[in-house]
Amino acid sequence: MAGMFEHGAKTDSASTASFKSQLNKVYGWYTGGFMAFVIVLAILEQMGLPRNYIGFIFLLATVALYAGIGVMSRTSDASEYYVAGRRVPALYNGMATGADWMSAASFIGMAGTVYLSGYGGLAFIMGWTGGYCLVALFLAPYMRKFGQFTIPDFLGARFEGNLPRFIGIVGAILCSFVYVVAQIYGVGLITTRLSGLAFEVGIFVGLGGILVCSFLGGMRAVTWTQVAQYIILIVAYLIPVVWLSVKQTGIPIPQAIYGYQLQKITEREKQLRADPKELEVRAIFKERADAADAKLKDVPAAMAADLAAAQKRVDDLKGANGPAADVQAAEKALAALPKTAADAKKAYEGAKTSNTARAAPLAGMPNHAQQFAGDPNGDEKARATFDTSRRNFLALIFCLMVGTAALPHILMRYYTTPSVKEARDSVTWSLFFIFLLYFTAPALAVLVKYEVFNVLVGTPFDKLPAWIGTWAKVDPALLSVADINKDGIFQLAEMRISGDIIVLATPEIGGLPYVVSGMVAAGGLAAALSTADGLLLTIANALSHDLYYKMIDPNAPTSRRVAISKALLVVVALAAAYVAAQKPADILFLVSAAFSFAAATFFPALVLGIFWKRANKWGASLGMVAGLGTTMYYMVTTQTWLRGVFGVTSPVELWFGILPISAGVFGVPVGIATIIIVSLLTKAPSQETQDLVEHVRYPDLKLGQA
Amino acid sequence: MQKISERHRQYWQKNLRITGILLVIWFVVTFVVSYFARDLSFNFFGWPFSVWMGGQGALVVYCVIIWYYARYMNKLDIEHNVHEED
Repeated sequence: MAGMFEHGAKTDSASTASFKSQLNKVYGWYTGGFMAFVIVLAILEQMGLPRNYIGFIFLLATVALYAGIGVMSRTSDASEYYVAGRRVPALYNGMATGADWMSAASFIGMAGTVYLSGYGGLAFIMGWTGGYCLVALFLAPYMRKFGQFTIPDFLGARFEGNLPRFIGIVGAILCSFVYVVAQIYGVGLITTRLSGLAFEVGIFVGLGGILVCSFLGGMRAVTWTQVAQYIILIVAYLIPVVWLSVKQTGIPIPQAIYGYQLQKITEREKQLRADPKELEVRAIFKERADAADAKLKDVPAAMAADLAAAQKRVDDLKGANGPAADVQAAEKALAALPKTAADAKKAYEGAKTSNTARAAPLAGMPNHAQQFAGDPNGDEKARATFDTSRRNFLALIFCLMVGTAALPHILMRYYTTPSVKEARDSVTWSLFFIFLLYFTAPALAVLVKYEVFNVLVGTPFDKLPAWIGTWAKVDPALLSVADINKDGIFQLAEMRISGDIIVLATPEIGGLPYVVSGMVAAGGLAAALSTADGLLLTIANALSHDLYYKMIDPNAPTSRRVAISKALLVVVALAAAYVAAQKPADILFLVSAAFSFAAATFFPALVLGIFWKRANKWGASLGMVAGLGTTMYYMVTTQTWLRGVFGVTSPVELWFGILPISAGVFGVPVGIATIIIVSLLTKAPSQETQDLVEHVRYPDLKLGQA
Repeated sequence: MQKISERHRQYWQKNLRITGILLVIWFVVTFVVSYFARDLSFNFFGWPFSVWMGGQGALVVYCVIIWYYARYMNKLDIEHNVHEED
C-alpha cells in the first residue's frame, strides 16, 4: 500500500494512468477490507463480544488507520505538503472534497434537523449542495489555473499587495477556526459515545488522530486519508437507511419511495393534532407553564412556597420512615432549589419556556410537508409570519450557498488536481459524492418519523423498544420519555428528542445489530476528523505560507516553511481543542456563522477578481472589510449569545426580520457594492495584473500559436 | 504579454454565456421554486412537488449543471485551442 503514497516526479500520461489504476486497486482492497472487518466484528458480536468492546475496536482501528496513512504519506516537500503534488485525479479529489466538506453537522445533525423542522430543514440540504454550482461556475477552474497554494495567495497576486492578502489571512483564520472548534466538539462527543471516555479525554484522543495525519504529511496525507474517510462515512450512512426502508416498505431505495411514507405521516399528523390523549398531555404541560408563569409574578413568595413544600416532603418521608432512596431524592431536591431571587427567576422562566414548547401540537414540530409557517391567505399576523418565514428560508439558502463557494478549505482542494480540466471534473465528482449523502438525508428523516409517529405512538410504555431506554440512559438531554398523563400508553407529546441522535440511533430503530451502530458512529467520527484536518491545514498554511513566508521572510527556505507550518498546526489544534473543551454555548450557530463570514469576506472579492478586470486593490480590501464588518455587526447586535459576549444591551432590531444566522445576506451585497464603487473611484490595476486575469481565464492561452 | 486574439475573445464570450444560462437555471430551481413552494404543492409521486424539489429534485439539477458545464467547457477548450497539452 505504501507505493501509492510515494513521491512520483514523473507526470507524463503513462505514469498518471498507472497511478490511477494503482489508486483504484488500493482503495478497492481497502473498501473490501473494511467490509470484512465489519463482518468479522458482527460475527464476534453474535459470539458474545460486549458492546463497549465493539465501540473501542471501531475507535482504535479507524484512528490507527488514519494515522497509518499519515505516516505513510509523510513529506516535507513544499508542493507535496501544500497541494499533494498536484496530481490527485478528479475522482479521488472529489471523494476527498466530499469528506472535507461533510462535517459532523452534515453527518450527524442534518437529518435530525429535517426530522425536527420538516421543509424548513431542506434549506440546509439545498444550500450545502447548490453552493457547488457557484464553485464550478465561478471559482474552481480559475483557482486551479492560477495555481498557487492558498486563497490569500490569489488575493495578494490579483489585488497587488500585502493588504488584501492580510485581510484574506484574517478572514480565512476566522471562519476556519470557528468551524474547527465545532468539529473538535463533535469528535469529543462521538469518542465519548464510542468508548465511554470523558469528554475532554475524547477530544484529545481524536485530536491525536487528526494531528498525526496532517502533521506528518500535510495536504498529501490529508487527501489520502479523506478518501479513506469518505468511503467509511458513506457506507455507514447508507446501510441503516436502506435497511429501514426495506423494513418499512420492502423496497431498498429509500430516496425513491419515501414520498409515500411522507403521505402517511401527513395523515397521521392530522390525527395526532386532534387525538384526545395527546391533547390531555399537552394540557398538563400548559398547566405547568401557567404555574411557572404565576410564580414569576411574585418570585420571593414562590421561592418560599417551593422551599416549604420541599421541606415538608422531606419531613413527611422521614416521619413515615420512607425508603432511604426516596428520602435522599427529596433532600437532593430541597438542596437543588435556587438560592437567590435571580436564580429562581431564571429557573421559572426556563420552566415556562420549556413547558410552553412542549404544550405545542406534534411536540413542537411543524407538519413535515408544510412549506413555511403561517398562512398567506390568513389574517394579517398569519400573512406576516408566512412572509418572514419564507424570507428567512431563502436568505439561509443564499448564505449557505455563497458560503460554500467561499470556504478556503474547500477552494484549496481544487489546487491539488493536475489540470484545469481535472479541476472542473473534480467539482462534478465532489458534488456527486456529497449528493449521495444529502439526497438520502431527507429520506432518513421521513423514515424515522414514520417509525415514531405511525409505529411507536400508541404503544404501551412497557412494550417500547429497547433503543429508547438505552439512549435515554446515555444522556436524557438527547432523548427522554415519561408517562405524563399516567395512562400507560406512549404519546408523541411525552417524548423529547434531540436532532443529534436521529442518525446515530437509526440502526437500532431499524433493529440492526450493534456493530452497525458502531459503524455509524465511526462514520460520524470520520466526517468530523476529515473536516477538522482540512480546516487545521488551512489555518496553519495561512499563517506559515501567507503570513510568514510571503509577508515576513520571503527568503525562508522551503524546509523552514514546512516546519513552521507543522509547528503551527499543533498550536492551532491545541487552541481549538481548548476552546471546544469549554463547550461554547451554541455550536450550530458557530458553524452557520462560519458560512456567513466566508460568504461576505471572500466571495465578492474572488469572483469580481476573476470576472471584472477593473477590480483593484483598494476596492477588494475595503470590500472584504465592509462585507465581513457588516456581517459581524449584524450578528453581534442580534444574536443572543454574541450579545452576551460583547455586552450589547441595545434592543434587538432585526433588519427585514432576517435571523442572525443569515447575516451574510447583508454582508455579501455590501461587499460587492463596496468593491465596485471603490474600484471605480481609484486607479485601474496595472497591465501586469490585467494580464494575470487573462491568464487565469484560459486553461492554456498558447499565445503566438492561435 | 501579447494581445489575446479574436478567437480567445469568442471563447470567453461563450464561457460567459453558458455560465449565465446555467446560473439562471440554478436560480430558478433554488429560489423561484422555493419562493412559490406553497403554490407548488401538487402531488408528485407521493411528495408535494416543492418538497420533492427541496430534498431531491434541486440536487439532481445541481449535479447536472456542474456535469454539463465541465463537459461543455472541456470541449470548448479544444475547439478554441486553449486546452492543456499533457
